[in-house]
Amino acid sequence: MKLLKLFKIAFKAVILNKLRTLLTMLGIIIGVASVIAMLAIGEGSKESIRASITSMGSNMISIQPGADVRGGVRRSRTEMQSLTLKDYEAIKEKASLLSYVTPSVDGGGQVINGSNNWPSTIYGVNPDYLSIRVWDLQSGSMFTDADVKSAGKVAVIGKTIVDNVFLEGIDPVGQMIRFNNIPFKVIGVLEEKGENTSGLDQDDVVIAPYTTVQKRILAIDYLREIIASAVSEDEAQNAVTEVSGILRVQHKLAENEDDDFHVRSMDELISTSSSTSEMLTILLVAVASISLLIGGIGIMNIMYVSVKERTKEIGLRMAVGGKGSDILMQFLIEAILISITGGLLGVILGLGSTVFIEKFLHWPTSVSLYSIVISFAVCAVTGIFFGWYPARKASALDPITALRYE
Amino acid sequence: MSREIITIVDLKRDFIMGPETVHALKGISFTVKEGEFVTIMGSSGSGKSVLLHILGCLDRPTSGIYELDGLNVKDLCKDELATIRNEKIGFIFQSYNLLARTSAIENVELPLLYSNKVSSAEQRERAIEALERVGLGNRLHHTPGQLSGGQQQRIAIARSLINNPVIILADEATGNLDTRNSYEIMALFQKLNKQGITIIFVTHEPDIASFSSRTIVLRDGLVIQNDKNSNILSAEDELAKLPKQDAML
Repeated sequence: MKLLKLFKIAFKAVILNKLRTLLTMLGIIIGVASVIAMLAIGEGSKESIRASITSMGSNMISIQPGADVRGGVRRSRTEMQSLTLKDYEAIKEKASLLSYVTPSVDGGGQVINGSNNWPSTIYGVNPDYLSIRVWDLQSGSMFTDADVKSAGKVAVIGKTIVDNVFLEGIDPVGQMIRFNNIPFKVIGVLEEKGENTSGLDQDDVVIAPYTTVQKRILAIDYLREIIASAVSEDEAQNAVTEVSGILRVQHKLAENEDDDFHVRSMDELISTSSSTSEMLTILLVAVASISLLIGGIGIMNIMYVSVKERTKEIGLRMAVGGKGSDILMQFLIEAILISITGGLLGVILGLGSTVFIEKFLHWPTSVSLYSIVISFAVCAVTGIFFGWYPARKASALDPITALRYE
Repeated sequence: MSREIITIVDLKRDFIMGPETVHALKGISFTVKEGEFVTIMGSSGSGKSVLLHILGCLDRPTSGIYELDGLNVKDLCKDELATIRNEKIGFIFQSYNLLARTSAIENVELPLLYSNKVSSAEQRERAIEALERVGLGNRLHHTPGQLSGGQQQRIAIARSLINNPVIILADEATGNLDTRNSYEIMALFQKLNKQGITIIFVTHEPDIASFSSRTIVLRDGLVIQNDKNSNILSAEDELAKLPKQDAML
C-alpha cells in the first residue's frame, strides 16, 4: 500500500512538470523509436538477403555415391551404381529434417526441334525438383507424379533451349522436341535464371521425369544423385547427419566401414548468409545501445536537477515522516515512470515510422516482437540505472539542511 | 495531574566545526505537560532552532535525556526517528513549506502518505476534517498560489494536525505574516490548545509569547527564564482591538 502511495506521489511530480517530463522523455522516445525502426529495417533487409541467398539453394543437400576402390582401381563416381531408388524411398520415408527430396539422373545429348538442334543436358527428377532449386515456371506447368509413374514423355525446358531450338514467336508449350531421338512434349518453360556462381548456364536444361530418363535415355536403374532440401538453412547440417545415418543403415555398413556415399550441404552459402545476418545485428545493436545510453543520460541529468531543485520539498517530506528509503523509491519510481512512458511512446513512434518507411520509401521492413520487448526492457533498466544515483543523493539528504536550502 | 509529553534533562548538543567544538546547547532541562502552550524565545544564536530540531526528532542530542510521550528518543535510528515524526509530531514552518501547484487537500494529506496505518479513503476524510478545523473547509481544492499567506499557514496547520500528533512544533509560524494574520493564526492556536492540543511555539516576538501559557527563554544555550504566564492574552480580543483600516488593506 505504501508503494502505491509512493507511486502516486511520483506520478504527481511527473504530471506537475509536463513540459520538462516530455523533453526528458524525448531522448528515450527517439532512442526507442530509432531502435525499433532500425531493427525493422535491419530485419527486413536481413530477410530479403536471406531470401535471395536461399533462392541460390542454401538449404540444398546433395547425396552422391562415393568413389569406390575395387581391385585397386578407383572408379569415377558417375560409374557407381550404389545409389538406388530404394535409398531414395528410405530417405523420403525416414528423414524428418527434409522438406523435399528427389532422385536425380542426368545425361547429355542433342535437343532437336525441326531443323534446329542444340547440345544440352537432360535431368531426370520428380516434381519436387523445382521447389528444391527454388525455380519457377515462366509458362506452362511442371509434370506430375502420375507422369513419373507412367514414365511419361513430357519435359520442362530452360530459356537457353527455347532460344536455340524454337523460332522466335513460337510458344514452346505444347510443342514436341526430341532428345537423343526420343520425343518429348514440352509442357513448361522455366523462368530465366542466368549463370550460377561457377558460371554454369542454369537455363540450359531439359527436365523430365526420372523414370523416363532412366528407362528411355540412359537405360539404367540406379541413381546418379539424390537431391533434397532441408527444412531450414539452420537445420541443413543436422539433416546431413540424419541422411548419412539413414543411408548407413540402408547400405548395411558396419561400424568400422567408411561411408560409400557423400552427403553435402551448401556450407559456403550458409556461412555467407549467417555472417551477413550477424554483421547487421551487431551494427544495429551498437546503434541501439548508443541511442538508449544518450536517453539514459538525459534522464539522469534531469533527475539530478530535479533533486537539487526540490531539496526543500525533500526536507519537508522527511520532516513529516518520509524515510530515506521512501524518498529513494519516490525518485526512482519517477525515473522509471519517465523512461517507461517514454519507451511506450517510443514503441508507438517506432512502429509508426516503420509503417511510413515501408509505405513511402518501399524499403523492406519486418518488426519483430523481440525488438519491442528488448528496447522496452532496456528502457526500464535505463530508468533504474540512471535514476539510482540522483535518487540515492536525495535520500541521503539531511532533513535540517534540506529544509533550510534556498 | 496531566501527563508529561516532553521531558528533557541536561540536554547538550555540540557541533564540531573543524578544530573547534561549538556548544549550541549547554545543558537544558524542562518538561512540557499535555495541554500546555509553551513559547520558546531567544535571540538568534541562542540555540532555540537547535532545540526545536532536537524536539522535532530531526536531530539528536549529544548527551542528556529526551523523552517524547514516554519514549526515549536519544538512541533511535534514522528510520525510527522518521516514524516518530510521522506519528507523534506536527511541524509548522515560518515559510509554510507547502507543495506548489498541489491542492490544499493533497498538501494536508502528505504526512499520511508516509504512513502504513491509514487507508486512502480515511486519509481524504481526515484531510477534509483538518481543513475544516482551521476554517478552510471551502478551499479544499485551491493551490497555495491561489491563497493568502495566512490561509497558506492554515493549510500548514491542518497538515500538522492530520496525524493526531501528541505535540505541535511551530517554528516562527507567524514570522512571515502581518499583525492581523499573525493574530488570526494565534487565535487558531489558542482554539486548538483549548481543544487539548499541546503546542510548542518558537518565536522572537514578545507579543506572540503573551498568548501562550508559559514562556521559556534561551540565551547562549541555557534556559534563563521558564515562567508560567499569569496574564494570558486572548488573540481574539487583540484582533478586535486592531484598527479597522488595517482590515481594509
